[in-house]
Amino acid sequence: MKFRPTTRTFLVVGLLTALFVAGVASYYASSHPDGLSAVAESTGFVDRGKASATSDGPLAGYETNGIADDRLSGGVAGIAGALLVLVVGGGLFRLLRRRSPSDDPGEA
Amino acid sequence: MHVPDGFFDVPTSVATGVVAAAGVSVALRRARHELDDRTAPMAGLVATFVFAGQMMNFPVGAGTSGHLLGGALAAVLAGPWTAVLAITVVLSVQALLMADGGITALGTNVTLMALVGVAVGWLIFKVLRSVLPKRLALVAPAAAVGALVSVPAAAAVFTLLFSVGGTAPIDTGTVLVAMLGWHTVIGIGEAVITGLVVAGVVAVRPDLCYGARPVLRERPLEVRAGMAP
Repeated sequence: MKFRPTTRTFLVVGLLTALFVAGVASYYASSHPDGLSAVAESTGFVDRGKASATSDGPLAGYETNGIADDRLSGGVAGIAGALLVLVVGGGLFRLLRRRSPSDDPGEA
Repeated sequence: MHVPDGFFDVPTSVATGVVAAAGVSVALRRARHELDDRTAPMAGLVATFVFAGQMMNFPVGAGTSGHLLGGALAAVLAGPWTAVLAITVVLSVQALLMADGGITALGTNVTLMALVGVAVGWLIFKVLRSVLPKRLALVAPAAAVGALVSVPAAAAVFTLLFSVGGTAPIDTGTVLVAMLGWHTVIGIGEAVITGLVVAGVVAVRPDLCYGARPVLRERPLEVRAGMAP
């Protein structure tokens, strides 16, 4: 018998996985500069980068203002960001979706 | 590959902003055909997963890291137009909330990661799917190859833009070699993550994977023990 979770189970497990990655596992991510930053450093244009206008925000740099503990600070920021993406993305996709045929006024 | 403010001059930032806005507005219309009551929640999950995945920088050697871009992954799981929107939402939250990627560079970042990343990843996946045998087991490898190519493709477009509107006069060939070098290695990480995640979804719920649905419909019917009434 093949394992086939319900859609709800699938979505819940998927969401918990994403929150775990953003909130817990991300602490162990590499803190080295990414490919673009490394290239900017090695080829000499990294100093052209400017601090973002949002760099004083409460979650800037994936750190939560006012939380001293690195692990917690990053975890809270990661989970907050992931949940915001879920709300904005999920809300947008819900708005855009085609309704079930019963209440679909039909393609214009 | 989040471009900060200041790497590009104003005309280039405006131009990529226009390209990004045009791409997103087309995606807003076309994504309707990919989204229904069942796939819309999946698409929201995919966007959330890409945000999380982008936080997991993996080392690629010599003090350098890379992270998932997620264009190919989102396209194969949720459909290409939905993927453009999903990556755009991720990049917008990152720029506005996390100061990851510049505000004036948002158009550039959407162009590179949401448009180029998704388009290249999806088109390669689609070509592979059409030439490979119609088997579910080949969906994840095809997605991985799309992911692999999508990262250096985005890096190449970055270099092209930088040669036109970069704020430092660096030799284009030098930038291109460095960008393609690192991003080919990062593309391998992108391919591994994309392949594993798509394989996981296809193993348990292939019907929730947009890119697997045609294969699901076209594959020869199998007679399985225990299925007979």
